[in-house]
Amino acid sequence: MAASDTGSGARAGTGRLSAECIVGVLALQGDFEAHERLIERLGHRSVRVRRAVQLPDLDALVLPGGESTTMLLFLEREGLMQPLRDFCASGRPVLGTCAGAILLARTVEGPRQDSLGVLDITIRRNAYGRQLQSFVGHADTPLHPDLAGSDAALELVCIRAPLIERLGPDVEVLVSADGRPMAVRQGALVASTFHPEMSGDTRLLACVLSGGATGNAAGKVAATPTHAATLTAPSASTSAAPSERTS
Amino acid sequence: MTDNGSQHTPLRLKTGLAEMLKGGVIMDVTTVEQAKIAEDAGACAVMALERVPSDIRKDGGVARMARIDIIEAIMGTVTIPVMAKCRIGHFAEARVLQQLGVDYIDESEVLTPADEAYHVNKHDFDVPFVCGARNLGEALRRVGEGAAMIRTKGEAGSGNIVEAVRHMRTVQKAMRELTLMGSEELMTAAKDMGAPFELVRMVAATGKLPVPNFAAGGIATPADASLMMSLGAEANFVGSGIFKSSDPAKFATAIVTATTHWDDPQRVLEAARTISAEAMPGLDVAKLDPAELLQTRGW
Repeated sequence: MAASDTGSGARAGTGRLSAECIVGVLALQGDFEAHERLIERLGHRSVRVRRAVQLPDLDALVLPGGESTTMLLFLEREGLMQPLRDFCASGRPVLGTCAGAILLARTVEGPRQDSLGVLDITIRRNAYGRQLQSFVGHADTPLHPDLAGSDAALELVCIRAPLIERLGPDVEVLVSADGRPMAVRQGALVASTFHPEMSGDTRLLACVLSGGATGNAAGKVAATPTHAATLTAPSASTSAAPSERTS
Repeated sequence: MTDNGSQHTPLRLKTGLAEMLKGGVIMDVTTVEQAKIAEDAGACAVMALERVPSDIRKDGGVARMARIDIIEAIMGTVTIPVMAKCRIGHFAEARVLQQLGVDYIDESEVLTPADEAYHVNKHDFDVPFVCGARNLGEALRRVGEGAAMIRTKGEAGSGNIVEAVRHMRTVQKAMRELTLMGSEELMTAAKDMGAPFELVRMVAATGKLPVPNFAAGGIATPADASLMMSLGAEANFVGSGIFKSSDPAKFATAIVTATTHWDDPQRVLEAARTISAEAMPGLDVAKLDPAELLQTRGW
């Protein structure tokens, strides 16, 4: 595992979460444990969230990877949809990875399903294919300045990953691979189609946590084409990103 | 952990999918309709089968990999991952399943073993494998062969949780014992349990299996699901327990809820309360003829 722990990122950063903070991880199903490890590596405290009453105590929230259909059923059954939408509107940082990104998206395709609808993107589920098309790729360089802190390549672990097909006007690309958006930001909300918690790289999480109310950097990178771009889907399943599988 | 997976696919991509299934329920299904019921109830994956284990037990004969048309139809119906079983040692069945594109293969004692001496060399495959184990040595032998997820064997199709409990407790106890050993004791421990030394060292250092550790074999009620999670399972496989009950949709939903909220008795109670139907019929495993046991298949 690359020694890419930029643990000082959030604590020493200029964002609002500079001291130890309480980061909730939605723990209905999925890889919430891996997220807890990442949060603790940054020196923050993680809390498993299964009930709406826990939300007010949190400084930030992670929606982990897993099965979005399963999580969605729980959110509806347990009355968590509106409390989570309210949390997302509160300006506190939220990171959604893979299934979590699907939950955040305004529009979900492949097939269409409900979501929190708080981040203005269209996302396609299982866009690369099934497990055999899962891959480990690398982010385009140079990395976004907000992810700096280490020169190490940013590894993108993609498991039955979704694809971001449309970006709203207020959505900024944080991480791309072959020009495709892999992590995007709108205000304090970040959605990533890869799993930073699977590679143990803390840079994206540190960036999310240093965001919050002050961190809306939309427009900071003028060269990034963010304006309602319609993006093309991968034409062949394995050509989506440079992959360890073929090396 | 370093990637010692197949020469093609890194192990963390294989264990990565298992990570995504944690806290969830993987359900055995034999038809498209059952697969839909499972997905709608909140299953995080389905296992496509021709017959559930209790029917395999009842019907006898040779149990093989499921018919391809059944697996394909299920893959075409649900958006959650689809797993399928191959016989122990039957690497040609496994190749067919990989070619078909299933998301996980269960090299399973529930099917009739094809090889009495050797399991599949799972490093040769890009698709991840799950294997059953009754103890830590067996679990680490399977990981050594490339398994990316371990589950208890339990006693499939019995509706009786006692064997799954035994297997989970046995594995957990052996892992705790390893963490207390001096480094000079580990080679002897590896010899005694017939497990690869490097994996024994890894468990001694972490107190955990190097791959996700799920429960299977006998889960029939929401409380069973909560029990296995309490004993250290990271997710539950439910075979006959859902579609051999008298109200599959309710059992499926209740078992999913009890798995997620396993440590909240009030939530497990509420899940159990939704059920007003009979659970699957159970068997006293102690009274089964040893030849009828599925868990003794494989080594």
